Amino acid sequence: MAIVKLQNVTYKYPLTDTPALQNINLQMNEGEFVGVVGPNGAGKSTLCYTLAGFVPHFFKGEITGTVEVAGQESSNSNLHEWVLNVGLAFQNPFNQISGAKYTVLEEIAFGLENIGIPRDEMKLRVQDAMKLTGIHDLADRSPYSLSGGQQQRVALTSILVMQPKVLVLDEPTSQMDPIGTREVFGVIRTMAEKGMTVVLVEHKVEWIANFADRVVALHEGRVILDGKPREVLTSDALTDKGFGISRYTSVARKAKEMGLWKTKNLPVTLDEAVEGFKK
Amino acid sequence: MRIEIDDIQFSYPAGVQALRGISLTIESGEQVAIVGQNGAGKTTLVRHFNGLLQPASGEVRIGDWSTREHSVAKLASRVGYVFQNPDEQLFSRDVKTEVAFGPQNLGYPSEQAEALVNEALGMTELSDKTETNPYDLSPTWRKMVAIASVVAMDTPIVIFDEPTTGQDAANIARIANVIKILRERGKTVITITHDIDFCAENFERVIAMSQGKVLLDGKANDVLGQEDVLAATFVDPPQLTRLGKRLGLRQVVKNEDEFLAVYQTGADSCSC
Repeated sequence: MAIVKLQNVTYKYPLTDTPALQNINLQMNEGEFVGVVGPNGAGKSTLCYTLAGFVPHFFKGEITGTVEVAGQESSNSNLHEWVLNVGLAFQNPFNQISGAKYTVLEEIAFGLENIGIPRDEMKLRVQDAMKLTGIHDLADRSPYSLSGGQQQRVALTSILVMQPKVLVLDEPTSQMDPIGTREVFGVIRTMAEKGMTVVLVEHKVEWIANFADRVVALHEGRVILDGKPREVLTSDALTDKGFGISRYTSVARKAKEMGLWKTKNLPVTLDEAVEGFKK
Repeated sequence: MRIEIDDIQFSYPAGVQALRGISLTIESGEQVAIVGQNGAGKTTLVRHFNGLLQPASGEVRIGDWSTREHSVAKLASRVGYVFQNPDEQLFSRDVKTEVAFGPQNLGYPSEQAEALVNEALGMTELSDKTETNPYDLSPTWRKMVAIASVVAMDTPIVIFDEPTTGQDAANIARIANVIKILRERGKTVITITHDIDFCAENFERVIAMSQGKVLLDGKANDVLGQEDVLAATFVDPPQLTRLGKRLGLRQVVKNEDEFLAVYQTGADSCSC
């Protein structure tokens, strides 16, 4: 069942002429894991802000069309109600950390305090969320003393703890090593399997191919492709537009020109590439 | 200009021992990538190169200068440092002023400073954005401003800390191009990166760090092919290296050209 519905959404930031989003139509189902790809400036972060209600409630500007989550319309809601629908982890965790709290534990409880969750329940939810993302041993540290990768885990945890219906993540692992990335993608996948809808902006396309159910490609504020990860990520429509392409895809494309790749479909993941090149 | 690091140790005030005895020599004009898991000590190590950090024991020499005997401001004439987060280093009201700040401070004659600034702006494709406030630019272009402001100082050694984080394919190509130009000019380039494919495509020497020590140090193909050792510091080999290995290619490959060349000879010999 569609929980997110964007209809004809066009949006301009204040004092700008070109829309950052143009006529976006998207529906997402409960528990669906949707990857969003595109070059810088394509509108990925703006789409995240729109889902999270920051557009237009915080950024102002002109919006037309409708953004609906779980039957509620964003323009008719307040941001403080909307956080229960959609949680957003920012691209730069530094911009998300409140600055009002001395420890990671308090930082993660901050959102729950603001929506008036009773103390006992709050403690439990914070502990559970910290275990899930593997940061329980950072509980007493200052959020500002952490590495970039650790800050990203804190930012993710402080959103997960709110248990939003839709989880929006803007490059949540950009400062993590591969093991950290794998763990975090695992956690996100689990949340989707439990019914949370996940929208994830990511440049690392092999990760999307391995974890997402569906991929939306944005270019110059428009959706240019929307479909199964492998179909979207190997499409010729992405060529020369600044999209990140998996090395497996690009090497297979070259091999195909040389007559060395004989399978019809191009690969995105290592396993697909191994299978194709073995033939 | 040679960098010599002689058995350095370093601990943060909280007691974390970040470097546990590191010795290295980086020759003039080398292109070196430093890889390793979060917390391996990569950033701590390179912050010793320009004196931002001083070792508890051991010594760092940049050319004939010991970093103990020269200030950070003085070392800035030899070592340029591009921070991971551009917002930690940008403060001017327009791009040109920002980029001109470094060379002006190093005391270049004004004509030479002007030439260095224009060249750096050209190299980073910022020539049409000189009047813009850096904070009106996207994070991608702010990164290029941070790079330009360091390149304009024309130091013999340039350090990049995680240059590709959060960048799209087009900007990663721009950054690779800057590194290529610096290499052609004989600069030493040292880059910390988690982007192992970027590392494989742009660097000749790779140092893998783990828990404050050097785990591996050598030619890119030799280091990146050691999957088992790299696993200890949570580094996955480059995609095409992994693909080559899974396919049983006879030698370690790290980029598309190497892969296709080795794969093709294998395929040819099979078909005969």
